[in-house]
Amino acid sequence: MAIQKTLEEYGAQLAQCVRCGACQAHCPVYLETGSEGSVARGKIVLAASVLAGDIDLDERLQEEISLCLMCGSCVTKCPNQVPTDAIVAALRRRITADQGLSPIGKGVAALTGSPTLLKGVLRGAGLLSPLLFKKIPATSGLQLRFSPDNLKERTLPPIPDHHLFARLPEFLEGQPDKPVIGFFAGCAITYLYPAVGEALVRLLQAFGYPVSLPKNQGCCGMPALSSGNGPLLDKLATANLAAFADREVACILTACASCHGALAGHYAEKDGYRFDVPIVDIHAFLKQEGIIDQLSALPKWPQRQRVTYHDPCHLRTQGITQAPRELLRALPQLEYIEMADAGLCCGLGGTFTAAHPELSRAIGDRKLAGLEASGATLIASGCPGCILQLQDIINRAGLPIRAVHTLELIHQAITEQHG
Amino acid sequence: MPNNQILQLLKDIVGADNVSSSIADRLTHSFDATQQQFLPDIVVHAGTADEVSRIVRLANTERIPILPRGAGSGFTGGSLPIKGGIVLVLTRMNHILEIDTENLIAIVEPGVVTGRLQQAVEKLGLFYPPDPASKDFSTLGGNIAECAGGPRCVKYGVTRDYVLGLDVVTPAGDLIHTGGRTMKNVVGYDLTRLFVGSEGTLGIVTRIILRLLPKPEACKTMLVAFATIDGAAQAVSAIIRGKIIPTTLEFMDGSAIDCVRKAMPLDLPLGCRAVLIIEVDGDREALDGQARKILEIIRPLGVLESRIAETPEESEAIWKVRRSISPSLRRLNPDKFNEDIVVPRSKVPDMIRALEAISTRYSVPIVNFGHAGDGNIHVNVMVNLAESGMENKVQQALNDIFRTTVALGGSVSGEHGIGTAKASFIGMELNPATMATMQAIKKALDPNNIMNPGKIFPEAVSETSPSSQPS
Repeated sequence: MAIQKTLEEYGAQLAQCVRCGACQAHCPVYLETGSEGSVARGKIVLAASVLAGDIDLDERLQEEISLCLMCGSCVTKCPNQVPTDAIVAALRRRITADQGLSPIGKGVAALTGSPTLLKGVLRGAGLLSPLLFKKIPATSGLQLRFSPDNLKERTLPPIPDHHLFARLPEFLEGQPDKPVIGFFAGCAITYLYPAVGEALVRLLQAFGYPVSLPKNQGCCGMPALSSGNGPLLDKLATANLAAFADREVACILTACASCHGALAGHYAEKDGYRFDVPIVDIHAFLKQEGIIDQLSALPKWPQRQRVTYHDPCHLRTQGITQAPRELLRALPQLEYIEMADAGLCCGLGGTFTAAHPELSRAIGDRKLAGLEASGATLIASGCPGCILQLQDIINRAGLPIRAVHTLELIHQAITEQHG
Repeated sequence: MPNNQILQLLKDIVGADNVSSSIADRLTHSFDATQQQFLPDIVVHAGTADEVSRIVRLANTERIPILPRGAGSGFTGGSLPIKGGIVLVLTRMNHILEIDTENLIAIVEPGVVTGRLQQAVEKLGLFYPPDPASKDFSTLGGNIAECAGGPRCVKYGVTRDYVLGLDVVTPAGDLIHTGGRTMKNVVGYDLTRLFVGSEGTLGIVTRIILRLLPKPEACKTMLVAFATIDGAAQAVSAIIRGKIIPTTLEFMDGSAIDCVRKAMPLDLPLGCRAVLIIEVDGDREALDGQARKILEIIRPLGVLESRIAETPEESEAIWKVRRSISPSLRRLNPDKFNEDIVVPRSKVPDMIRALEAISTRYSVPIVNFGHAGDGNIHVNVMVNLAESGMENKVQQALNDIFRTTVALGGSVSGEHGIGTAKASFIGMELNPATMATMQAIKKALDPNNIMNPGKIFPEAVSETSPSSQPS
């Protein structure tokens, strides 16, 4: 059984679109292109036309369907909550099933197989470690997101020598009366930002929780979903469910919004691919643990930097917007300021950035005005993908601002107090 | 001229990237908020007035139907290419060209989204009042074509009251200028007013000069629950008689309340059969007094409860009730006939009673809400067209609704326009000589009938239902 619904199974939801146009106000792609095919309403018409046999999966249709960040903004603002992100994913799978993977979908295989492409990567070596892809497994979503062509113009964080699983054991003891907490790390935290993963584990330990970090977990499948690779998504979901199946954890934490969106959202679309424990975002978890009062009680630092927050789409659309802000406001070492357009998509959008690099940058640059006006020197977020993109936007604009994960700041507040 | 030659000429004008005849682009420009579909032959995105002029000239020479399109969010079919031809998309022409804080005017291109202009002028302490429900996505070009209204029109008037001048490409392809930058201007005919509300049938607007106001310092929102719709309707008249013009005066009838109640918990007293949402704006210190005065005036009219929002959050909670109506309507029945009749303010109680009688007569649910302050009622006949004989029943009900509206001195459309949806009803309101005068104007400006043909005036329109839309 396939994990995802087919386009036909979305027929009833397609009919729910009343073509009102409200999605135009919220679609980051439409705001750039001004073209009906970019926005949810146009894509719904195309999807319905495919089902009615009025259009083939031709090149122009494929291009329009590729113009979606799957950010879900249109879904939350739709009067009838038509799930356009899931419908686009279903249409992309249909295109892939019919015509094979796109060049980007094939990017990974090509990278290791083609000397020309490898040369391309090496030409861009000033910007990234050419060893990056040797360290990251082929099944990782990072491979799908950052094709070598795309990497040439992107600034990346320095690649750590040791990934998360080399730094931490699979199981960490805690107090015997506390339930075991599972941690789904995801590719970006594992390979690019292992310090974020470590911070999460240390915080859990400070609360006395035993932590389970199964080594056989893999990519969440969000980039596979985004590139229409149904079988890969299927495989990854099955593997991740199996990785946690015998761990007896009370819940599974994520510190990556996209992973949360996959595990808590897209996996659950069909029965049979559901975790039997809750998938909990780290911000929501920490708030529930009462850490906000603890942080508020810490003595304020004399010199405080100004921090703002960027809403990752996959937290915002799940309604997780207040917990991260409350956490940041409580921090003793920082002064929180809300920025304009905090909820605008950063423009990364899974494989979108690889397929449409210029558009991705243009969408990202819309963050700059609000960010600069805020006067913040730090921008926190709850998604490594957003952090990567934000830092790239900031660097290209030459601003003295650092993009960080909320967890790093919370960890700093607690450890520097202890230390 | 063969199609590919026309395509090439269009590409020469706007560039190859801005012309498409692919089936995907034709499909994504085949609809508007009426949910009907008609395929255009060619989709063109224009970037300048000169391009618009050259495209229209070509269309006129070749007798190709052409129509402008902004957000495509109209409710009456104004942007449906019912005769095929060229859809000319104006979303690239989305620049705010000037905001003049000394003369209080803004000059914009037609593709500017209304809400974006409002944000821009409000940053400078100025105000563009017209606020159609679609303001976050509908464009000023579209607002002008339909003469859009909105809740604030009670106090501030509609789009036409803010348009000082226009650049328009006529159906012959000529660029004309109407009005100007000044409040006063009586040189020649008032062509500005002719084009506002002309539904894209007389020309394509390429530049707009708008009048602005100083932004009111503050506003205050109130919700008042009534035991009867009569009480609410009388309250509207009483407030106006009391020499207070609120910014907005929105109402919901019992059927609208029931409808929202089914969708979400609603904090309203039992027995509440009508709600008024009243907003006043102006100097901060004057608002409390105004709000108190309004409540005093309406107290004897069966008020069950009244609430004054003290914070923006409380105000938002009140507006949420109003905004929840539309999305909840479909719980009643799948098919919606959304009309926007308008009657003189004093006739609102009569109209509501008539609507209740019509609802009973044809046993179809009719949900009413809207802008009580200016007599503009959104009448939603909710039916299931799959039921046998329903199509006929709806037409009879709509006929009765429009006849009653006109008999009460009202109009069949307050702010949505006629398009294709109401073309067959305008004969109830316009006598033959009036209609002939309008058609003479159309004919004089557009002798070849290329500019958004088949709209406003009744003619045989084959309204095919879209094959691609599952019902």
